Amino acid sequence: MRKILVGVKRVVDYNVRVRVKPDGSGVALEGVKMSVNPFDEIALEEALRIKERGEAAEVVAVSIGPDDAQQQLRTALAMGADRAILVKVTDAVDPLVASRVLTEIAKKENADLVILGKQAIDDDAAQTAPMVAALWGRPQATFASKIEINGATAVVTREVDAGLETIEVDLPAVFSADLRLNEPRYVKLPDIMKAKKKPLDVVEFASLGVAADVGLKTTFVEPPKPRAKGIVVKDVAELVDALKKKGLV
Amino acid sequence: MSKILIVAEHDGTTLNQATARAVTCARQIPAAHVTVAVFAADPAAVAAAAAALVGVDAVVTVAHAANASPLAATLAPQVVALASGYTHVFAASTAFGKDLLPRVAALLGVPQISDAMAVVGAYSFKRPTYAGNAIVTLEAPADRTLVATVRSASFEPAAQGGSAPISAATVTADLPTHTRFVGLSASPKSDRPDLASAAKVVSGGRALASKENFNIVYSLAGKMGAAVGASRAAVDAGYASNELQVGQTGKIIAPDLYVAVGISGAIQHLTGIKDAKTIVAINKDPEAPIFEVADFGLVADLFVAVPEIEKALG
Repeated sequence: MRKILVGVKRVVDYNVRVRVKPDGSGVALEGVKMSVNPFDEIALEEALRIKERGEAAEVVAVSIGPDDAQQQLRTALAMGADRAILVKVTDAVDPLVASRVLTEIAKKENADLVILGKQAIDDDAAQTAPMVAALWGRPQATFASKIEINGATAVVTREVDAGLETIEVDLPAVFSADLRLNEPRYVKLPDIMKAKKKPLDVVEFASLGVAADVGLKTTFVEPPKPRAKGIVVKDVAELVDALKKKGLV
Repeated sequence: MSKILIVAEHDGTTLNQATARAVTCARQIPAAHVTVAVFAADPAAVAAAAAALVGVDAVVTVAHAANASPLAATLAPQVVALASGYTHVFAASTAFGKDLLPRVAALLGVPQISDAMAVVGAYSFKRPTYAGNAIVTLEAPADRTLVATVRSASFEPAAQGGSAPISAATVTADLPTHTRFVGLSASPKSDRPDLASAAKVVSGGRALASKENFNIVYSLAGKMGAAVGASRAAVDAGYASNELQVGQTGKIIAPDLYVAVGISGAIQHLTGIKDAKTIVAINKDPEAPIFEVADFGLVADLFVAVPEIEKALG
């Protein structure tokens, strides 16, 4: 296969506990550490492994985000992506908009495979991979924990609620990476230096002819209701007593 | 009036309880007419189960050999064909629903609301973001089909005792052949309750330290009649299988009792258990974040405490 496209989303780092703004307009993002969405790192790692096995020629990382998302794309290039594309937007876009953008690029690039994270850890929507597959009219294999490329087809093992499901799809296709697909590599310093010289194209969102508004409006953002404060019991006897009193054991 | 179509989730014979929870969500929409759609090779048994749910107004079945396996690529065009005439299309926010509904939404050209956790209005829902740390209220346009997955932990299952009429539908849709089902390697069937719907859950974390040690979680769960869960760390380390993972990227559950054994309580885990009615935490680190959400915390060595609890339960 010639080309694998990988989605790279700039998100709040997974170690940050986000705070909701008091006016309910959103979450406070000023000065917060940003990273590559962890599931996208897994997606990229898988693409790189496929390429390293000689089953793909090129890995292209794509992000949709602000100028600063170039940092995350540089990380992707340092991991081993051959080149990167940033589709520049000022505000966060709905997954349907992101899917339309990625589909446009998949078509333009003539991609043989698109690998995305199963969800982004900011909006937790888990929509983009199936949406791209639908808009592109291609197969999808979401929640992948094992990917085997066999020429024009691929066999994918998926983490589903009942266990592990295996499906076979024709390529091109869209896969979404689950946690146990692989363990992403660490970036080494020389690779960071090398990544600075790799091509990173910036594309204006408006040039793609995709509508930015799909009609879904966020009207309010609030913190979750806190749980009532619990107690620390001194031993097992007190714990079992408390649970018996509540009729739980 | 809102006409709501809920795509039933099933294994060919049994209706998944998550669908009954989606029915409860749909019923909270004012003046709703609720239809459950069963796509299957032989939908009779599942349709009968759906018709028996209180709050279901109608059941439609789409029988087709291709529907023997739950492939999103095959089901989506059929759901889209059936969706005309409905204002809403729902499914449970399970692996099945998360795989299928975004494909449906994209084919319909509409956005999707994932993990609806509260009904604000017919076109407005709340949903969790940032691992449950920011709850967002969304409003969708009323002139388009609203596609949403329903967060199971936020809604009780609809009661038994209904008797909705069942009718067969034929849909005209081109079914792709580019996606083929190979097999399902299901976890061995056991008498244990199902994790997603169990009233009690005992979960183990990294502190169990080995697959063999994880058996003490199974043992306590067995004694309590509870389902078994695990933290991501325990699954990643191979102590427990993937479908037992509880948390942001695993299962979101709301049992009456959740017992966390040797789980530190990363925010990604806590988001999966916040709706549990009672949380018990057993951990030897008094600073572990799990104690912030626990109703009853026991600072102790789990290898001593858990066998003691079992003994105390008689």
